[in-house]
Amino acid sequence: METVKVMLYVLVFPGFLFQMIYSTYLEWVDRKLYARMQNRRGPLYTGWSGVLQPVADIVKLFAKEDVTPAASDKFMFNILPLVALASACTAGLYLPVWHLTGYNSFQGDLIVMVYLLAMPSFVLFLAGWFSVSPFSLIGATRVLTQLFAYEVPFFLALLTPAVVAGSWKIADIAKYPWASGNWWVIPLQVLAFIVAVLALQAKLERVPFDIPEAETEVVAGPLTEYSGKKLAVFRIQKDISMYAGSALIAALFLGGFGGGLYLGALQLVLKTLLVVALLSVIRGACARIRIDQIVSFSWRYLAPMSIVQFLIVLLLKGGGVI
Amino acid sequence: MAESTIKIPVGPQHPFLKEPCKFEFEISGEEIRGAKIRMGYNHRGMEKACEDRNYYQCLYLLERICGICSHSHTTAYIQAVESLLGLELPKRGLYLRTLVCELERLHSHLLWLGVAAHEVGFDTLFMYTWRDRELVMNILEEISGNRVNYAINTVGGVRRDITAEQRKKILDLTKVVRERVAYYANIGTNEPSFMARIQGVGKMSTERAIEKCAVGPFARASNVDRDVRRDDPYAAYGDLEFKVITSDSCDILGRVVVRVLEMVESCKMIDQLLDKLPEGEIAVQKVPRRVPAGAAVSRYEAPRGEDVHYVRSNGTDKPERVKVRAPTLCNLEAAAESVVGSYVADIPIAIASIDPCFSCTDRTTVLLNDRRRGVRMATWEELRRHGVDWYRQNKGIRF
Repeated sequence: METVKVMLYVLVFPGFLFQMIYSTYLEWVDRKLYARMQNRRGPLYTGWSGVLQPVADIVKLFAKEDVTPAASDKFMFNILPLVALASACTAGLYLPVWHLTGYNSFQGDLIVMVYLLAMPSFVLFLAGWFSVSPFSLIGATRVLTQLFAYEVPFFLALLTPAVVAGSWKIADIAKYPWASGNWWVIPLQVLAFIVAVLALQAKLERVPFDIPEAETEVVAGPLTEYSGKKLAVFRIQKDISMYAGSALIAALFLGGFGGGLYLGALQLVLKTLLVVALLSVIRGACARIRIDQIVSFSWRYLAPMSIVQFLIVLLLKGGGVI
Repeated sequence: MAESTIKIPVGPQHPFLKEPCKFEFEISGEEIRGAKIRMGYNHRGMEKACEDRNYYQCLYLLERICGICSHSHTTAYIQAVESLLGLELPKRGLYLRTLVCELERLHSHLLWLGVAAHEVGFDTLFMYTWRDRELVMNILEEISGNRVNYAINTVGGVRRDITAEQRKKILDLTKVVRERVAYYANIGTNEPSFMARIQGVGKMSTERAIEKCAVGPFARASNVDRDVRRDDPYAAYGDLEFKVITSDSCDILGRVVVRVLEMVESCKMIDQLLDKLPEGEIAVQKVPRRVPAGAAVSRYEAPRGEDVHYVRSNGTDKPERVKVRAPTLCNLEAAAESVVGSYVADIPIAIASIDPCFSCTDRTTVLLNDRRRGVRMATWEELRRHGVDWYRQNKGIRF
């Protein structure tokens, strides 16, 4: 029985199948909100209000010609999309939803998940590097530069709730506000929440941090040479990363998804939708900044903000309030 | 120590280029050290084609030089032809011609603002401005029957009059556009991420702008106070009151501000034109088909800058030579220079800041007697003899 449950967890909910379907829905929500902000209609024709449009796009990409550049490293070029997808999907498994076992809930699973979420960025760098095209190379170096800018503030921001709960286990951190009765720690961590959302935006390479794949500058950055199936896999990975990243933030800052299968699933949907809506609003309201500007922005504003938040939490913790 | 630089090609096909043109940038890290332009991917032979057409046919051909400033090219050409003919145009015709000029400037600047926003990834502003551009396009369609190539000019005036109903619609339009433009001016000068990309980028000093012969909003943003509409009034501009907008910030922010404020001026001019619109004919009734021999130059302030047309006639109904100098040609060199010293990420917005239109600009260059390549100038007689010989040898045809 336990094995069946684990298989269900990994393959159906909240594992592979759920991630695949739900992440396309999140992409639709993102596209629709972004379009409404721009006074457009957004996807309209495939399914109800175009809800199947992301799926249709992926199906279309799978049917397209798949070109591997002659100059590229064939093995790496072909294997990298799958590595990115695998790490994003695995990251999603560590979310504390429904059925927790020793496989997906242990001390330190926060660190594992954060690293799994960072993997696609490295993969993107390698993908650009091995496709050997000027635009891919510039995009690849931009991916790395940007990684140095947002990754540290992201870690610092996620550290705050961990310190509050005194645990490295996502399930414990998510439970803490309700279990301890200190629900006010949720509004207390608003600074860290803002930093985490902005850093997630940078991690997902969306406006204003879509520098590595800036269309008008470097075509599609590291993905310039990718087409067909491999590009589709990268698209799925991006959607799943968005889902996993926003769910992680929801788990750490918005009180998690407790309450068993049904209530947990409902909370998961509502809270990830909230985070994704925030991401869309940021995307709609900004212009793309430059690579030097994101580095200075991260280290001038995001890093100090997360440190201030960290200090507040440490002082309260030292004072015995938390 | 020699710095290691790499060359990155941009174009002839690139997402930021709406038309083919090749740039080669020398970069060191993310910083640009040099820029080279290679044009000529878009040559269409329009000037030569004009020599085979009569003056009326040329009008519709030249309208298709550019899809955005189509009215500019026809007006510049037709002014030259009208001065050769010595026509005295009716006032109402001139006013209507100017009205379309200013509407065209409105839609061109709105389009540019959207493109500029898109180049820096600010797609929301892009969508907003292009939505409002539709309003202007609709009015242009209402007046002329066409959205792009209005075909409202004719030798000696304009082809269509406006009704009282259309007049009201245009007045409503300027009201809406003024509101929206105020909103864009607010966004363009206050939104931090947008400002971060345009302030202090693509610097072009006043002196260099004059040396590089920059024209139009690009030059005015570098504080070069030049505008053909005021300096050499044509059509109805002599009767209108307007300010020539300049900016001393000499960067892309200045170019945004100049264009946005020019839209406000255009709205004012449109209102004045409709207020003062005189009654009477819209075109000269009898225009001779043959144009007396002579040559004329006409200057016109297109949305992108000064447009110059030269027409030489030989007394027949076809021009002997038509020469078009589009504003992009003047600004391109300056734009390439303004990119040097900024980052790779600034290339699209810096090049786009001149509002380039490469197909308007492209002309062929023929090197006569180029010894290096063994090219030699041939006379007509030589060419003819060569043709006759070639056909005799290869096809067995005797002439």
